[in-house]
Amino acid sequence: MTVTPLGIPRRLLEFTIDGEPVRAPEGSTILDACRAAGKDVPTLCEGDTLRPKNACRVCVVEVEGSRTLVPACSRKAEPGMEVRTDTERARHSRRIVLELLASSVDLSTTPRVTEWIKEYEAKPDRFGPDAARLNEEPKVDNDLYVRDYDKCILCYKCVDACGDQWQNTFAISVAGRGFDARIAVEHDAPLTDSACVYCGNCIEVCPTGALSFKSEFDMRAAGTWDESAQTETTTVCAYCGVGCNLTLHVQDNEIVKVTSPHDNPVTHGNLCIKGRFGYQHVQNRN
Amino acid sequence: MDLHFGDSKPTDDERAAVDALLGPPESSWEGAARDEMRAADLRWARGGREARDRRDLLLPGLHAINDRIGWISDGALDYLCRRLTVPPAEAYGVATFYAMFSVRPRPATVLHVCTDLACAAAGAVDLCAGIEGSLGPGVSVERSPCLGLCERAPAALVVRAGVTYPARPAAHPARLGAPPLEEFEDEARSGPKRGSGGAAPSGGPGQRPGDGTGRGGGGGTPRATAVVAPATAHTAVLAAASPDSAPEEPPAAMAVPQAGEPGLTLLSRIGAVDPSSLNDYRAHGGYTALRRAFALGPAGVIREVTDSGLVGRGGAAFPTGRKWQATASRPDHPHYLVCNADESEPGTFKDRVIMEGDPYALVEAMTIAAYATGAHQGYLYLRGEYPRSLARMEHALAQARARGLLGEDILGQGYSFDIEIRRGAGAYICGEETALFNSIEGYRGEPRSKPPFPVEKGLFGKPTVENNVETLVNVLPILTMGAPAYAAIGTARSTGPKLFCVSGSVERPGIYELPFGATLGELLELAGVRDGLRAVLLGGAAGGFVRPDEMDIPLTFEGTREAGTTLGSGVVMAFDDTVPLPRLLLRIAEFFRDESCGQCVPCRVGTVRQEEALHRIAERTGAAAADDIALLREVGRAMRDASICGLGQTAWNAVESAIDRLGAYE
Repeated sequence: MTVTPLGIPRRLLEFTIDGEPVRAPEGSTILDACRAAGKDVPTLCEGDTLRPKNACRVCVVEVEGSRTLVPACSRKAEPGMEVRTDTERARHSRRIVLELLASSVDLSTTPRVTEWIKEYEAKPDRFGPDAARLNEEPKVDNDLYVRDYDKCILCYKCVDACGDQWQNTFAISVAGRGFDARIAVEHDAPLTDSACVYCGNCIEVCPTGALSFKSEFDMRAAGTWDESAQTETTTVCAYCGVGCNLTLHVQDNEIVKVTSPHDNPVTHGNLCIKGRFGYQHVQNRN
Repeated sequence: MDLHFGDSKPTDDERAAVDALLGPPESSWEGAARDEMRAADLRWARGGREARDRRDLLLPGLHAINDRIGWISDGALDYLCRRLTVPPAEAYGVATFYAMFSVRPRPATVLHVCTDLACAAAGAVDLCAGIEGSLGPGVSVERSPCLGLCERAPAALVVRAGVTYPARPAAHPARLGAPPLEEFEDEARSGPKRGSGGAAPSGGPGQRPGDGTGRGGGGGTPRATAVVAPATAHTAVLAAASPDSAPEEPPAAMAVPQAGEPGLTLLSRIGAVDPSSLNDYRAHGGYTALRRAFALGPAGVIREVTDSGLVGRGGAAFPTGRKWQATASRPDHPHYLVCNADESEPGTFKDRVIMEGDPYALVEAMTIAAYATGAHQGYLYLRGEYPRSLARMEHALAQARARGLLGEDILGQGYSFDIEIRRGAGAYICGEETALFNSIEGYRGEPRSKPPFPVEKGLFGKPTVENNVETLVNVLPILTMGAPAYAAIGTARSTGPKLFCVSGSVERPGIYELPFGATLGELLELAGVRDGLRAVLLGGAAGGFVRPDEMDIPLTFEGTREAGTTLGSGVVMAFDDTVPLPRLLLRIAEFFRDESCGQCVPCRVGTVRQEEALHRIAERTGAAAADDIALLREVGRAMRDASICGLGQTAWNAVESAIDRLGAYE
């Protein structure tokens, strides 16, 4: 029997979103309340298993009385708050943020971003052909995963997952400053010289595909990656007694990627190197 | 955490630099060599809370290495990380955040040449070219954002690493070691012997001010510095070749054209007192405000400050009394006091002049603020580009400590308080209050999102009052003259005296003290504005331009707001028509691009796009510039609305005002 902890009952806060009264449990963010109310607020750096970093600013909304726009992902709901999610002002900032990102970062593997660019009528090309881009080459320095920082929006999620929020390995950090800031290990060394334990929990939280399995990276390069032809099967990892859930992504009868359900109450999507990458024996057909 | 280190080893010098700050390592876990291992060493680890509690020594540790070696090598960084139990990746992220550190080899001598607004207008471009043409090997030149020497533009700063004696002492070296002329009855006599306690101006290598637990501030810098301003290529190159024999900087009073005039409140002691002498400070009314504070009690002090109407002078103009009250009333302890002396807004140099000319005033004011808000530990976060302020403040702290005006039982009142100096390392963003906390704590100086506000969760997650230098020194006259008399100065909504940093196209650049309510024209007249005035920049790079025909703008928070501009930190920079406006705007845009921390998208990419657009239209006007101006407006609006902190929110202010008010690009 699975026991779902209910926790202590939380007070419901009353406030309004787009003029409609809503009630959200105390401690909820504006984003939680918006989602509960069926509002589609775009997010990029928000992660369901991580504390909000509110770095991308694509989820900004208007809150009555606030001088600036407010990030929905991190701002806690307060009683009496008047939130407006779809004003011209909020939409303007979202559009510019999308333009700024799309004109500097390769967003080709970022889910939903094409849809948002269309919805907000963002025109990333308007900054001209000489607009500075990240111009990073993929870092392929180990057999397990690839760091393609040309796709990095600097959401800090990998750093947080590697650091004190989950893995406590602290192999990576943001280095440099401003537009030149990049995710890096110490001394900009290859991953193999770092503290990385190859748990792949950074891949799990990466919102743009900047971090990907080597298998996925190679298949994309070869043009054989086809998500529509993949099945996802959630099973239990057999390596140790913890019993983490593995979701095996299978294409053409080959495991191409392993993820883990984020709603697992024990592991929250985190795995170790064995669960994440140790599947080759399954498909060893010799 | 399971720390992983590479094979890089520190050199003996690097190891000595770190050990001078932290003491010798106690076990191999901390990086002691095998032959140094003590017999009892079973590789015991410093871990858990004790290790985490030392994280804030990361920035002083990086300074220690950089001061001695000139750059931070892999081996040195790894050794520092071992000593502090900090993951090397994080330390690398911190080291690469600051402009004054380098993780690549560079010459021991770095010549920072200011290319910011006032210096650019005074010929910094030619200066750079001249320097690069005649510079010998062994010196690297770095173009620097504002060095805070605008009254003596163009300016350059030489920093030479690896000099084995302390930085240049304060202005009166002969008097430093001399015994004070007389003692004041209320001072503790039990502290360290005065003669010796006050003798070391900035501490020898390894000397750790404070409580003797090895928690060092900026002390003991094995480096030499020289400020050259106004600089010519010749004087800058000479100073870089031999920073020790460079001519002495003029006294701080030279930056105060009003020095010696009657009626000054904040600047009255500058030029009148010997900045190294505590006796002189006391003879000029020093420490009467602290006595009054002890008589009033903490709540009484907060009431006085609230009644005085004092608001923050750093730019945000938040009521100081409210901030103090909010911190004082938090049940969570300890409380901290942080003085923000990371004065980096281009055109601002008032805090430097106060710290160089009247350092004890800041010590006294910090003591009062801490007493009122229940703090026993204060931090003075001092800009890395201010070597003389550092020396003066270190000396003042040592003197105050030796005389019982800091430490246990101050003035016999049973209240204890001490101040640690933390030196910045070249990051404008660290002047943002929460970024400053992160910087002190040993993290990258990135702003935190608010709420929670510092009064609730500030430094080390505890209730913290953070005030700018000028704000704090205003507390002294509030207590000595009383709140009503103070509030009678200035206007109803902007009370008290205000310091203005006037530079650019004026005869007498410097710090001016005027009561709030004086007009821009009056101030510029006082400073002797030159003919051909084209524009005035108020508030620095984050401020806005006004036209020469707007001289009747009252210099108050409400007056500038009504006029659609800002007072900011009190910068008033005059430009004549010899400086092309597009070039100034481009410099401002470069500044924000360089100084953006990179955390949020609107600022990280927006400041780049802003600079690119200004580049494109540098030579264009009218219809040819219209598309890019429209683009600038849209990006600027998103930066203002959606950036995390004030840097991004104000990065477009000056450009916008130049377009709308001055008609740039028309």
